[in-house]
Amino acid sequence: MRFMLLFSRQGKLRLQKWYTATAERDKKKMVRELMQVVLARKPKMCSFLEWRDLKIVYKRYASLYFCCAVEEQDNELITLEVIHRFVELLDKYFGSVCELDIIFNFEKAYFILDEFLMGGEIQDTSKKSVLKAIEQADLLQEVYDYF
Amino acid sequence: MPAVSKGDGMRGLAVFISDIRNCKSKEAEIKRINKELANIRSKFKGDKALDGYSKKKYVCKLLFIFLLGHDIDFGHMEAVNLLSSNKYTEKQIGYLFISVLVNSNSELIRLINNGIKNDLSSRNPTFMCLALHCIANVGSREMAEAFAGEIPRILVAGDTMDSVKQSAALCLLRLYKTSPDLVLMGEWTSRVVHLLNDQHMGVVTAAISLITCLSQKNPDEFKTCVSLAVSRLSRIVSSASTDLQDYTYYFVPAPWLSCKLLRLLQCYPPPEDGAVKGRLVECLETILNKAQEPPKSKKVQHSNAKNAILFEAIALIIHYDSEPNLLVRACNQLGQFLQHRETNLRYLALESMCTLASSEFSHEAVKTHIETVINALKTERDVSVRQRAADLLYAMCDRSNAKQIVAEMLSYLETADYSIREEMVLKVAILAEKYAVDYSWYVDTILNLIRIAGDYVSEEVWYRVIQIVINRDDVQGYAAKTVFEALQAPACHENMVKVGGYILGEFGNLIAGDPRSSPLVQFNLLHSKFHLCSVPTRALLLSAYIKFINLFPETKSTIQEVLRSDSQIRNSDVELQQRAVEYLKLSSIASTDVLATVLEEMPPFPERESSILAKLKKKKGPGAVSSTEQEDGKREGGELNGGGERGADSTIAASNASTPSPSADLLGLRSSGPVSAAPPSAGSLLVDVFSEAGPAAPAAAVNDDGFLRDLEPPTESSDSLLAEGPGDSDSAPPSVVSEDPAPPMPQSDELLHKFVCKSNGVLFENQLLQIGVKSEYRQNLGRMYLFYGNKTSVQFVSFSTSVTYTGELQSQLNVQTKPVEPLVEGGAQVQQVINIECLTDFSDAPLLNIKFRYGGALQNLTLKLPVTVNKFFQPTEMVSHDFFQRWKQLSQPQQEAQKIFKASHGMDKEVLKGKLLGLGMALLENVDPNPENFVCAGVIQTKAQQVGCLLRLEPNAQAQSGEQMYRLTLRSSKDTVSKRLCDLLAEQF
Repeated sequence: MRFMLLFSRQGKLRLQKWYTATAERDKKKMVRELMQVVLARKPKMCSFLEWRDLKIVYKRYASLYFCCAVEEQDNELITLEVIHRFVELLDKYFGSVCELDIIFNFEKAYFILDEFLMGGEIQDTSKKSVLKAIEQADLLQEVYDYF
Repeated sequence: MPAVSKGDGMRGLAVFISDIRNCKSKEAEIKRINKELANIRSKFKGDKALDGYSKKKYVCKLLFIFLLGHDIDFGHMEAVNLLSSNKYTEKQIGYLFISVLVNSNSELIRLINNGIKNDLSSRNPTFMCLALHCIANVGSREMAEAFAGEIPRILVAGDTMDSVKQSAALCLLRLYKTSPDLVLMGEWTSRVVHLLNDQHMGVVTAAISLITCLSQKNPDEFKTCVSLAVSRLSRIVSSASTDLQDYTYYFVPAPWLSCKLLRLLQCYPPPEDGAVKGRLVECLETILNKAQEPPKSKKVQHSNAKNAILFEAIALIIHYDSEPNLLVRACNQLGQFLQHRETNLRYLALESMCTLASSEFSHEAVKTHIETVINALKTERDVSVRQRAADLLYAMCDRSNAKQIVAEMLSYLETADYSIREEMVLKVAILAEKYAVDYSWYVDTILNLIRIAGDYVSEEVWYRVIQIVINRDDVQGYAAKTVFEALQAPACHENMVKVGGYILGEFGNLIAGDPRSSPLVQFNLLHSKFHLCSVPTRALLLSAYIKFINLFPETKSTIQEVLRSDSQIRNSDVELQQRAVEYLKLSSIASTDVLATVLEEMPPFPERESSILAKLKKKKGPGAVSSTEQEDGKREGGELNGGGERGADSTIAASNASTPSPSADLLGLRSSGPVSAAPPSAGSLLVDVFSEAGPAAPAAAVNDDGFLRDLEPPTESSDSLLAEGPGDSDSAPPSVVSEDPAPPMPQSDELLHKFVCKSNGVLFENQLLQIGVKSEYRQNLGRMYLFYGNKTSVQFVSFSTSVTYTGELQSQLNVQTKPVEPLVEGGAQVQQVINIECLTDFSDAPLLNIKFRYGGALQNLTLKLPVTVNKFFQPTEMVSHDFFQRWKQLSQPQQEAQKIFKASHGMDKEVLKGKLLGLGMALLENVDPNPENFVCAGVIQTKAQQVGCLLRLEPNAQAQSGEQMYRLTLRSSKDTVSKRLCDLLAEQF
């Protein structure tokens, strides 16, 4: 996988993860271009499209689009399920996840994604293993006084 | 499950995020962010040491701001500090910040690497994983250098925890992808393969990505993985849906791992070991069987996961391409998907079937789905699916169904999406040619293409139809008749006019017997389109007209009248004007025999691959065209592969062409010199079509065509494209005349100075010879056309020219000339093209030597080639303030050159302006406070550098005793340039 983007129906980028070195300026350009393409698509259309030299696999969950860019020879359907598994993980962790959870706890969303995917490849497909890693982190949490 | 806002929430961060969300405008958001940045900066700079929590919170805020799209230029140090915290969440935020924001700040990298090293050796699995994640996320070369040796050890060590192994495998994969040279194969590689047997499914899942990548690069070293992968796959495929517990996904056992195993097997040929192969075939059959079983769940996730495995299995079956039974089963399965209600499945089935169509075992099976695919092309609502359907139709096309498929694609074209029209046109054109049994069908198809989608018909397509018509006598009459009919349409596409003009010009006689298409009717029909067409098409039509004069002598007077009309013979376009003049002359002075020879029917083109195919491949990349076609392409002697290359000459031609459109350039109309289209119209038409394959093909093509030179009267220079042909070597080499070049003529400097401010004109003239010059310059490149005119009625023999440049000039200029014909008939003119590249600024001029024999006496004269450094000026506009600022910047004594001299040509303001403009600099108005003065600015473009120059010319009409004087000042960043320009210019006024 080359990168994963989460963005809202209104075109706000909520999460971006790049698995190959890309210049900031190119990132912004690609994000803008891709959002435009994906947001213009109608609901019944297929979830795959060819874009530049990549294949885009995307799916909409409520107000959020999850969008993965994979290589030409990668398996589209399994990529769709990568997205779904990630959504499940978020859902399980946040308890019925919504866009706001991802906005306010963006760092957690990144941690969960990191536990699931690494360098663009699946690290573990077991929901339990991934969540165990995240929970462990939470157990190590200290409670601070708020200022 | 813990609720979200448990313990760790950073309240300050939440407040900040909701502040940002409440901002009504972008400005408000920026204001809020700047406030926060100032706050964080002061905290970081403050005297009070920040505690870990605050540091984490601020770093996290910075990260948030960065992810919003704003630049962050501080905080990196604090993030690095967090790495050494022993509190997990602090460390974690530190790593996250670095993963997202790190750049190649080497000092920082060293600190980061230190932090990573500590965590890797901590033996705390959670910390180790964080560190490995960071390496994988950043993946920079410095990190690879630091850790590429360490990570394989962690990966295969017996006591490494499973979770760390997973991270280590993927971390190594990332480093291998970015810096393969730093990941050294070794003892660990064999142990990595055995991770396929690991009990922990997560470890296998992570490891297999690494193994697949390594196998692709080093297949031999990893080939033991095949049997391991087969047995692992077999165990998964045969397991019940609940056996794998958490690795079962919506009742599908380990779909990710299955897909990856199947993908790994695609790195290798079918297993040689019969038992392994049998087991694998069994697996593949089981997967195909399962597709027919009723679903265990109605959830789309279930069917997606199941079908993901199925498609990967089909990909493996296609990869092996050796099991007819499996291939046909795969095809049938995909056939079912073609009508599935899920758009995704239809899309994938169309895509996958495309590759099946190229296998000999399944091609026929794919063809049985033609109706469904045609239907998809007509009814699918999603353009990307329609595109796949069109691709599949193209792939499944063969002789048996070509007519149907081409007809369907043509009718689809009428409504096709703009984005795919051009490609569709190319595909139709290729299929029509490839499977044409009778060529009248082919001609009809292409003309239909032009009619339906003329705008999308590229030059390749119409060039090709002309080539084919010319090569096949059986279709010429039909083609003439059909284009004649097509041209009857009140509005027809310009491409139709091009094809029509060309074909009627060649074969109009074949239909002239019918009074409805008599020569005059044909001519009037063509000419009725003339005024609507662009210049290249008009030029082509003019050539068709001259061909008419040969074909139908009765049209001569009508056509001559047209050529003679002001709109032709005085056309502002030099190419059209020239064709008109020359064709008119040709038609009036040449005898019928000469005319018939010059304007003879085009000889057949050498057989070669359609350039349309090349274009499609280029457009779609190698994957788009089936492998058999690519094989064909290779056999064609690499002509295709050269498609993108252009020789140095053509590059200059392209950069000099005044029209930006590359097609116009390919036609050779604009960039070829004005005489290039001289009498041999056949030659120039031929070039039009020859250039179809781009500059790569002509060399070879021209070589094949001995007839070309036969067609041309010996006195005519060749067109630039033809001149590149190796065939030219048989013209007399310049060395025939052995005498040394004469020294430069006394007046050569004066002649040179005439061309400083102009680019066209007569360079030299005596009683025998006239030499005309036309030149154009762009950046540091120039192209000069020299026209040698024989003013006598006796031919010049052993005519040769040479350009020499010695000493310093050799490193300053690069001049290429093309040989000229050794015979110049009395009254004729030959053209020579000279390409000039300016490497760096220069002061001397190359010498042009001309030798020939006139009535036995050797003529030998040497001139200076009128190229001066100012030719490479690019004008620069600037306002007064800028001008004088730069003027001051160039105030060192050697940067300035100044001359005070008497006016030798009067002081007419307009004349002066004209000369300064001809110089190539921008003439700046309202810059000099004295309106009588002239100031100019420009940049000299050389390959080595650009030299900015400023000029000031101050006329003084009543200097000492009423004499008219000038003061000329040049300033530039290079002393040699200032001096040379000043010298050159002092001669101009």
